[in-house]
Formats: sequence, structure tokens, C-alpha cells
Amino acid sequence: MKILVPIKRVPDPELKVKLKDGAIDLSGASWVVNTFDEYAVETALRLRENGETNATHGEVVVVTIGPEDAAQQLRSALAMGADRAIRIDAEDKAIDARIVAAALAKVIEDEKPDLVVMGKQAVDGDANQVGQVLAGKLGWPQATFAATVELAADQKSLTVGREVDAGVEYKTVALPAVLTVDLRVVAPTSVKNNVTPASFAYGTGEGGPRYASLKGIMAAKKKPMDQKKLGDYVPDATLSVKELGVHLPPPRPPGQKVADIATLVQKLVDEAKAL
Amino acid sequence: MGNVLAFCEFADGALKASALSNLTFARQAAAAHGGEVIVLLVGNGAAAAGPAAAKYAPKVVTVESGELADYLAETYAPIVARLAGEHGATVVTATATSVGKDLMPRVAALLDAGQASDISKLESATSFVRPILAGNAYSTVEISTPTICVTVRQSEFAQAEPLAAAGSVAAADAGPIDAKGAKIDRIESQKSDRPELTSAKVVVSGGRGMQTSENFKKLEELADLLGAAMGASRAATDAGLVPADWQVGQTGKIVAPNLYFAIAISGAIQHLAGMKGSKTIVAINKDPEAPIFQVADYGVVTTWEKALPELIEEIKKVKAAR
Repeated sequence: MKILVPIKRVPDPELKVKLKDGAIDLSGASWVVNTFDEYAVETALRLRENGETNATHGEVVVVTIGPEDAAQQLRSALAMGADRAIRIDAEDKAIDARIVAAALAKVIEDEKPDLVVMGKQAVDGDANQVGQVLAGKLGWPQATFAATVELAADQKSLTVGREVDAGVEYKTVALPAVLTVDLRVVAPTSVKNNVTPASFAYGTGEGGPRYASLKGIMAAKKKPMDQKKLGDYVPDATLSVKELGVHLPPPRPPGQKVADIATLVQKLVDEAKAL
Repeated sequence: MGNVLAFCEFADGALKASALSNLTFARQAAAAHGGEVIVLLVGNGAAAAGPAAAKYAPKVVTVESGELADYLAETYAPIVARLAGEHGATVVTATATSVGKDLMPRVAALLDAGQASDISKLESATSFVRPILAGNAYSTVEISTPTICVTVRQSEFAQAEPLAAAGSVAAADAGPIDAKGAKIDRIESQKSDRPELTSAKVVVSGGRGMQTSENFKKLEELADLLGAAMGASRAATDAGLVPADWQVGQTGKIVAPNLYFAIAISGAIQHLAGMKGSKTIVAINKDPEAPIFQVADYGVVTTWEKALPELIEEIKKVKAAR
């Protein structure tokens, strides 16, 4: 089984947001793999291994459309256990969902994966589009916001538990398909592939993506990473979505600590007029 | 010059509250584009909901078919895209519910349109303001494609009022339906008499500090007293204390009620992203350094075990005195 995992590098989400000249000040920002894309890599790795014996089958290819430094994030994914990486060179400002999806569609034409897994949204842009745009362009089924994933015994379809407003929707999609993942997909028993014993659990509590071992980090340095030009993948890279500027939200007026509940309720009634 | 096609969700013969927010934006967009709002209802019960929808827009188009009983992006997107073309729509819009978020980018792909997601404001006919970085900043984006796809953040657009005169309702053909190998097996949801989290005026939200599902039931007592919806932090939902669809946050539900109680919630950035648009925020936490106190209008440093019974008592007193 071949799984393609597109990942995005994002500025560390814990950093305080600073503006400079109407744009986000990224000087001195540290970059990480987008949180949800890390979960996508983990999902792909669980789908193609026996979690108990650590035997692997198939191939996991990670791809990013980003600048030279994004190679670091590809290496992180390789260190987790992905087999091969592709970087299509582009500056963040020069791409949007349409261009990213077009580039991925060309990669998919070349690589012919059975499944594409990515995070549901990038935690910087929060746009939540690429997976769905890609599926639409390819005419493939899509399963977004996945919290649980179960590969059928014949490996020809996935049943995905999707977090929707009303609860959890179980959707089955024939492969090849586009899967976007949500936070809970890395819980201990969220991913089932009919290879790992059903009783096996990845970690405890909330689970999480695996840490790269030292062995994995060393091995990652030798795994293949192809560098490609955007023009070879997307002949027309005209932007459809352009950022005109960024501003900060108006600050909330400072709040007050209240000594007791009785006073709190009185203030909610008289001051805030909220009760 | 162009019309605005507003994909609207409905239930029990009426538009959902989320759709009424979509319509407020749709009207603004129609004014900016010199066209009219056309409501699109797809799925079982679309025709029955037509008259109720017609109170809100000059035109309603309904599409029904046995194969559209379950919402699927694969079957719905081609219908939305086709009707956008047929009705001269330069803007196609839906509320950023789990349906809107799943559907609209696929529509955008079919129309080769750019999309502005989860917007908070229409700036001009082609530019929109939207939150980024977990709502810590706002970006103004311009879409340059002939057709523009938009999803709107429900909490930023008030519910539309009915128009003076009702519009017309017409049925449209579903056309060939191809689910592309997708199907719905089942939906697991908990029925509740409480208001929907995303449109509730009061929200009572609990965090990991509540520790057990049993303890959350005590919070529900407060919610019932206030006619509030129940929410939770990601930590509480991850720990299995409450259903996942109670999660308020950057990747859960975005809410902006008049009154938000954050009880035993520390206030991680991702949680704040989901509720800092609330008018009045009350935080109850035993840790005086909890980040939640930085956004709270009123903070009480105490344990929820001590605070909750007293809070319920005091509110009962206020209600009795009215």
C-alpha cells in the first residue's frame, strides 16, 4: 500500500503573534511540522505497519510545497518512519490552496498512491481547504476530520469516523481517497488496519504521534529527498487568494478578579447585565 | 454583477440557525455584487422547507432525490457548482459548520474558484477578513477568480430577519449522481434538549479539572438553570469525560455567546480561539495563574467543587426575585 502524506511547515503555534508592517513578523520564528500533518504522518505509519511486531509493508511518501528550509520538516517526518520525501520549491507567499492542490495532483499522477492523508487544517492559516480541493479536482472520495480510521480487510476501502457538529459520522470511502485527520486520530486505538492485532494500543491516555528515535533520526539523513521546481508541477501558478494585510484583534478590556461567588453573580446582573 | 448562491442547511421544515447567519452575509455580498440572494436547499425535506426558506430570500431552489438522503460532499458539490453557474452566481456561500467546511472547498475545486474560509467580515465585493493563527490575528484576503467561494463564521454574523415579502420556490433537477465510492454507514449523536452550542446565548463549559463525567453532570445542572448549551475543553473531551462534539476551540466549535462560563479550564491558546469572542467571560479556576484569567471579564480563584453549588444557589435567588 502506498500512502502520500502532504505536510506543511508552520511557525511554532505557541509563539506570541507579532506584526510588522501589516504582516506577521516571522523573523526569529521557529518552524515545526503542522500539528495535524504530524498526526497524518502517524496515521499513515500505523496503517502500513504491524504495531505489535513493528514489521512494515508498503511505502509512505511525504511531500511539501515550501521553501528550502522546509526540508527540515520533511526530515522530521522521515525520522518518524516515512520512506521518501519530495520538496517542491515555493515561497509561502506564492502559493494558495488551488496551487498546492494542483501540485499534489501532479505528484499523485506520478506516484499513484492508494491513499492521501493530510491534516485537516494548517494551524497558521486555519483555512481547512486543501484536502477537499484536491479530492474535488481528482474526482476522488473524501473523508475529512477523521477521528478513527479502519482499513478494510481487502485494503480496498476505509471506514472513517468523522467528527461532525452532531457527533460522529461513519463514512466508508473506496480507495484511492483523500483523508484529512483531526486531533483524536492518534488516540491509542483510533487506527485499525487488519494487520496490527485488534487489541493492540498505541500508548496510553490520549496517545499521540510517535517520537523519532535516535536511530530514526540517523536513518532519515540517508532517505531519499527529491527537490523539484513548482513550474514543473503547476504551469500556471497565478494566485487566486492573496493576503492584503494582517491586523490584530482589538484587545479585550482587562477583567477583574472577584472575591466570591455572591459578588460575581451581583456583578453579572448589575454590571455586565448578562444574567 | 452577479448573484449569491447561499447553500443553507435545514431541519424539520425550517432553516437551521446556522443558515440564518449565512443569509446575513449573503445579503451583504449580494448588495456588493449587484445581484440577489438565491437559497439552495439540497436533500430530503428540501421541498418541504422551501416555503420557510422563502421568507428570507427572493428565490429558493430545492433539490431532492432518494440518492441525496445522506449529505455527501461527493454528491452535493456537483449540484451546488452546477446551480451556481445556472443562476449566475459570482459568490457561493455556506456557514462554516462541519457540512460547510467539508463541502465548500470541493465546490470551489469544481468551479476553479478561490475560497475565503471562516470569514468574520465582508470588506468589499472581493475581499474578506478572516481569523488566522487560532484567532490571534485577522487576515484580509482578496479572491481574484470570477466566482468566489466563502464559508462564514457563524458567531460573526447575526441571524437574518425575514423579508417583508416571501420569495419564490422552484425545484431543480439533481442531475446524474455519482458518490465516487463514498457512503455513510451511520451517524452517532446524542439527542439533547439544550440549545445548539454554536447559537446558544449562554454556554457553560468545563475542563479537565472537572475530572469525571459524573462531575460534568453537576455542571449540566447550571446549564439547565440558565437554558445554556454545554461546552468543554479539548482536554476534557480527549479524556472521554464528555462527547467530542462538546469541544470548544480552534478546531472544535467556535462560539460567541452573551455569557460564557469557563469552569476548571486552564485556557490554552487553542481553547481561547474558540470562545474569546464571547461578550462576557467568567472563569472559575483554582490556579490564579491560569491563562484563562487573561481573557475573563470576571475571574474567581476557587475550586469548582466550592463554587458550583454556590453559583447555582445565587442564580436561583436572582431568578426567584424577578
